[in-house]
Amino acid sequence: MTEHVQTLLDAVALGSIYGLMAIGIGLVFGVLRLVNFAYGQLVMAGAYALALTQDVSVVLSIALCFAVVLALSLAMELAAFRPLRNASPTTMLVATFAISYLLQSIALVRFGAIGKILVVIPQLTKPLTIGSLHVRWITIVTILVAAGVFAALTLFLTRTSIGLQMRAASIDSETARLLGVRANAVITVAVLISGAIAALVAVILPMAVPERILVTPDYALRETIIVLVGVVVGGIDRLLTATLGGFTMGFLVGALSGFLPSSGSWPFTSSVYLDSAVFMLVIVVLLLRPEGLFTRSRRSVVDRV
Amino acid sequence: MPTADAAPILQVRGLEVRYGSVPALRDVDLEVQRGEIVGLIGPNGAGKSTTLQAIVGTVRASAGEILLGGVSIRGQAPERIVRSGVGLVPEGRRIFAALTVEENLRLGLAGRRSKNGAHEALEMVNELFPVLRESRRRHAGLLSGGQQQQLAIGRALVAEPDVLLLDEPSLGLAPTIVDAVFEKLGAIRDRGVTILLVEQRAQRTVAFADRTYVLANGELRMTLGPGEAGDTDRMVAAYFGS
Ligand SMILES: Nc1ncnc2c1ncn2[C@@H]1O[C@H](COP(=O)(O)OP(=O)(O)OP(=O)(O)O)[C@@H](O)[C@H]1O
Ligand SMILES: [Mg+2]
Repeated sequence: MTEHVQTLLDAVALGSIYGLMAIGIGLVFGVLRLVNFAYGQLVMAGAYALALTQDVSVVLSIALCFAVVLALSLAMELAAFRPLRNASPTTMLVATFAISYLLQSIALVRFGAIGKILVVIPQLTKPLTIGSLHVRWITIVTILVAAGVFAALTLFLTRTSIGLQMRAASIDSETARLLGVRANAVITVAVLISGAIAALVAVILPMAVPERILVTPDYALRETIIVLVGVVVGGIDRLLTATLGGFTMGFLVGALSGFLPSSGSWPFTSSVYLDSAVFMLVIVVLLLRPEGLFTRSRRSVVDRV
Repeated sequence: MPTADAAPILQVRGLEVRYGSVPALRDVDLEVQRGEIVGLIGPNGAGKSTTLQAIVGTVRASAGEILLGGVSIRGQAPERIVRSGVGLVPEGRRIFAALTVEENLRLGLAGRRSKNGAHEALEMVNELFPVLRESRRRHAGLLSGGQQQQLAIGRALVAEPDVLLLDEPSLGLAPTIVDAVFEKLGAIRDRGVTILLVEQRAQRTVAFADRTYVLANGELRMTLGPGEAGDTDRMVAAYFGS
């Protein structure tokens, strides 16, 4: 029983991480209509920044992680997204593929394929014991951080004028500009918030997911792909549904890998069949609800973000 | 030397716009003086909307000049032109249906030149259009057509533009509502906002405006004064080209 509670909590935490990534991807999609396949490489860059500076103080190391990821996000916007502003969505997607592989190659050349062990705050990986229940602190922190980010972002989008402008630009950027909304400023803010969330994921992921303790050039790539699938399944047109989609995928991956045997033979060993099982489910969902699992109806076009 | 006040608030000279190789506007000249209401009428496809879009920078002018208060704005980004004092009530209103009435109005504040006075500007619009205050928390998509038109006009006005461009504000509205819209435009001009009004309702516009340009087939055909509203022969000739 307690074992199941632990597995469920871990699955919620994994869902929270995927949900955070979905927010980061969904925000930029909203204002740019751009699916940033290179999002995971922002997390990767942040993880390397942390791994290479872990001997220094934790605070400094985390600050550096945020600085690196924010600078890289801004560089992407200025060097790639902005020049491609009027390009087709396909062109932009292909461009982010290219950026993703470029960043992976740079990491490979610079840091090698072997990877670096990363533990940002060792205390957080210790368990908290309540009766017979053992929950790692990082599990609780992850869930709280994700909930906090979601709440803060909701306040930002509804209560501030730049947040309101961001929502308007996501619904209809041409009309927003006709009202004097500075599109580039709004996009830059969205890209930076998205980058800050990637940096946060870089801090959390290696502690929360045991096999992600090793930072490699393809770090967070698998997560990005699963999150993108989740975002599409949830409905990318609205931030809430995209986030729910990302969360659900993370939760499913976490729950399945917890409940399925991790070794042995056919039919379902989590290590071998997990991804196939998840993607099979996705195909079924997309066949049944092509407009997205959480979209209420076809209103989504006027109701984005 | 012309001072900023002496120059027309809006001046278009030799404007040409092409969609691909098809010219939509050829050599269009028009002038709007401070405090005027100027009409722009013409049949479907004449190029009225294109003229307004060229002024606010959403379509590219292939030739000509566009001056705001004597300063060229041609080629600038739409948000920059709007922030220089041009307000647009676009064809089809284009309100944000999923946002509340109040949020739509607050979006219009993005076009303001100064941060000060935003609250007063919102108050002014709420006074001009009381229905917007009454329904401020409703989703704008739930408003009637006439209310949405008031919202679109109010949203442009909170930026306190020097010149307000309106693209067929009476389209699709019931006759009594049309009367109300024209009445409001008069009240807006009385508050010191210059107006360039694109309309399909030719006679009504000619009678209402200080001057009305007639556009057909991408070219200006004539200018009419309010006294010429009854001169249907001339108008028909201008519309259908003789
Ligand atoms: N985006 C576009 N691409 C190609 N052609 C266009 C485009 N927009 C307008 N046109 C053409 O340019 C001409 C002028 O169109 P415009 O919309 O300016 O006319 P209008 O006077 O506003 O007409 P209406 O009264 O129907 O609104 C028309 O022939 C139209 O078909
Ligand atoms: Mg038109």
